[in-house]
Amino acid sequence: MTSRAAVKPWNDPAILILPALAFLLLGFFVPIVWFLVAALREIGGVSEIAGQIAATLSSRAVTSALITTNWIALLVTLLTLVIGYPIAYYLTVGDRFRFTLVLFCIIVPYFTSVIVRTYSWMVLLGRTGIINQMLIGSGLIDQPLPLLYNKFGILIGMTYVLLPYMILTLYAAMKAIDPSYMRAAQALGASPLYAFRNVYFPLSRHGVVSGALIVFILAIGFFITPALMGGPSDVMIAMLIERSVEILLDWPGAAIMSLVLLAMTMVLYAIYYRVTDVERMMGS
Amino acid sequence: MERSIPAWLTTYVVFACIGLLAPIVIVCVVSFGGEGYVRFPPSDYSLKWFNAFFGDSRWRQSLVSSTLIALIATVIATGIGFITAYALVRGEMRARKLILSLLLMPIIVPTVITAIAMYFLTAKMGLVGNMLWIGFCHAVVALPVVLLILLSALQGVDVNLERAALSLGASRTRVFFKVVVPIALPGVLSAALFAFLASFDELVISLFLAGARAQTLPVRIWNSLHLEIEPVVAAAATFLIGITGIVLLVDGGVRRLRARAGSQDRG
Repeated sequence: MTSRAAVKPWNDPAILILPALAFLLLGFFVPIVWFLVAALREIGGVSEIAGQIAATLSSRAVTSALITTNWIALLVTLLTLVIGYPIAYYLTVGDRFRFTLVLFCIIVPYFTSVIVRTYSWMVLLGRTGIINQMLIGSGLIDQPLPLLYNKFGILIGMTYVLLPYMILTLYAAMKAIDPSYMRAAQALGASPLYAFRNVYFPLSRHGVVSGALIVFILAIGFFITPALMGGPSDVMIAMLIERSVEILLDWPGAAIMSLVLLAMTMVLYAIYYRVTDVERMMGS
Repeated sequence: MERSIPAWLTTYVVFACIGLLAPIVIVCVVSFGGEGYVRFPPSDYSLKWFNAFFGDSRWRQSLVSSTLIALIATVIATGIGFITAYALVRGEMRARKLILSLLLMPIIVPTVITAIAMYFLTAKMGLVGNMLWIGFCHAVVALPVVLLILLSALQGVDVNLERAALSLGASRTRVFFKVVVPIALPGVLSAALFAFLASFDELVISLFLAGARAQTLPVRIWNSLHLEIEPVVAAAATFLIGITGIVLLVDGGVRRLRARAGSQDRG
């Protein structure tokens, strides 16, 4: 061991954490706090700010956006879970070839730009989109179905964008489940369904919770997909924030709504932090 | 050991995989269509939408902006990300998990909030449309991506190699540049590729910070989508998909090299 006197700061690599902390402080934390504080101070003193916050939160536009946001995020979380669970399970049991093939089908959309993924569903779902072209061409319907610019469109688009996060998180948890438990249960006479419900699913619950949390967190802050695929009445909170800056130039309003969205996100992230290993985020 | 996979599960996964890839494949096919509107399958194929894409100076300009911004973001995010990952893997710190969770926050905080907060300061400093600054801001959201990749890459580096070099009298700095960097190089390359992709594909921050001068490719696509779904957007989208494809392909090659180097070490 080196003597104490010889220990220069650089001898401990932990010191190398400082550039990143400084970088994020300057480029991320300071701008957010600055924006929130400066925009709120435009309102006036503490009592005026409190009054304005109460007024904003009880306004119809904000309450309805908050309800829409949570409702859509909840549905998207459930959809990704139901669709993704069997796929993640398949990844753990398939042979190497099947594993690679299925993983490829997950990874390609995962790393494709969100705007491109949203656009591809607009091409499919639009009034004159490919699905309506095919349905009308085959004589199944005469009038195009309203698949885009409504909640249905948002749900399809967001589920598609967030599905890979769910699958990869579930897979990371399922990979750790010892297959001999399921074999033991079945050897002892459990039906496959019983063994799944009472042995496998409880063991995978950790992945279900992590996956649901990360998808919900990302969904409540979603902007691009709902802005392009939703209708006039499907306004999510992130869209309202963007509009109040871009169109209304209402910085205090944007700050109050950002504060609410940020608080929701941070509470959920704190839970995520407690239940999972953050290093495994995004199923890396 | 192999477990029997029920037929319904295989069938389901096949359909799910088709559902996952189909939208992307269809956009690519549509972009090669010869009609004046989006149609699938196209009745004839042509390159006219790619000609329209590369022939339009505004699309070309957005391509240049995107590339420059992504290069700046890549250098910053990979540089900082590498030393940070090294600190997290080799350093001794009590609040490691807490620090990591702070470093990952840019992908957790809704991008709209980050973008507006950055815009608030950027406008005050008169930096709207400044590509160097946009690259810096993109690096903030690319850093978590880089970090997650490098953490898993560096965990695969044998600490004994560094200990050996240190015990033979090499300084920490020398060990870092002569041992750690060369071994971790493939991981750094992967991280750089995905940092580039993260910035190249980024939309929300660019939407606020780009102004009229530095419109990136995703911003141009966003603006055209508000007008109509013109097929030239399909060509732009196909171009972005192509970039993703190249990144994944090169990354796959890098990973294979890394795996081969690893097996040679052991063999």
